[in-house]
Amino acid sequence: MMRFWPFAAFVALAGFLYVGLSLDPHEVPSPLINKPAPAFTLPQLHDPAKMFSSQDMKGQVWLLNVWASWCVSCKEEHPVLLSLAQQNIVPILGLDYKDKNEDGEAWLRSGGNPYTLVATDKDGRVGINYGVYGVPETYVIDKQGVIRYKQIGAVTRENLQKKILPLIAELQAK
Amino acid sequence: MKYLLVLLICLLPAFSYAGQAKDLAEDPVLEKRMVALAQNLRCLVCQNESLASSRSDLAKDLRQEVREKMKSGMSDQQIVDFLVSKYGDFVLFDPPVKKDTLLLWYGPFALLMIGLIGLVIQLRKRKTQISEVVLSAEDAQRAAALLNTPKDPQI
Repeated sequence: MMRFWPFAAFVALAGFLYVGLSLDPHEVPSPLINKPAPAFTLPQLHDPAKMFSSQDMKGQVWLLNVWASWCVSCKEEHPVLLSLAQQNIVPILGLDYKDKNEDGEAWLRSGGNPYTLVATDKDGRVGINYGVYGVPETYVIDKQGVIRYKQIGAVTRENLQKKILPLIAELQAK
Repeated sequence: MKYLLVLLICLLPAFSYAGQAKDLAEDPVLEKRMVALAQNLRCLVCQNESLASSRSDLAKDLRQEVREKMKSGMSDQQIVDFLVSKYGDFVLFDPPVKKDTLLLWYGPFALLMIGLIGLVIQLRKRKTQISEVVLSAEDAQRAAALLNTPKDPQI
């Protein structure tokens, strides 16, 4: 019996290491979950004279998708966002993060525009307030303006079906 | 001509100095305070680098944010709290002791204790397994004979 213990300890350690391999160290849990989304007012991408305020979205469930024309993974999630926008389930607000207006506009013109509206965060200050550390990042914000979920990295069809859409349905029913 | 060339070569290091330390703010005291604070904060993009040494864009922005917060009169602790509220404890190289981090802080000691307890149990067990062997009279005699062999005078 005693001889069995070192083997058991080895198996346990190997198990920890195996789980560790599948974890992504870049996914840092956000402390903003279940906290009010930081309010911001920023110029719109397509009409910089007009402002967008996060307060305008009070009363509805919405997605805040942080993207940029220079961001590679954003191109990966783009078709997913486009098909979500076509279904008209939830408004997707874009935050063009540290980007040039002309680059952002050009990208949306060529790749399609899934966004209800795009605001521009040129110096990244709003990004800091939202704890953005790598685009793309997507926030699910509820009717009261509370962040309910944060997707770090590209939104995939899989986590849209499994996590984001059920959560939206639940929040909209409230 | 030759001397002029030598003089020019001697002057070369002076030119190489240009372009250094661009990130430095106008206020060296503030910069020192910022660097001291940022050394204990993690850059979230290149995670094993500190905010002070990282060259990523986000680190640059965050350093600027820290500078501005210092200028506006916030204390170091307030700035750290702000960053933690946005990015979580992960930005701290020295994570605080709390419910979530108990295992991180005391796990190694717990493992050490388990090891020590195991060792003590093992040693006690072994003690009971080893019984005192009493030599029989015959064995004692043999031992005495082996131990007391007269030395060979030739060696």
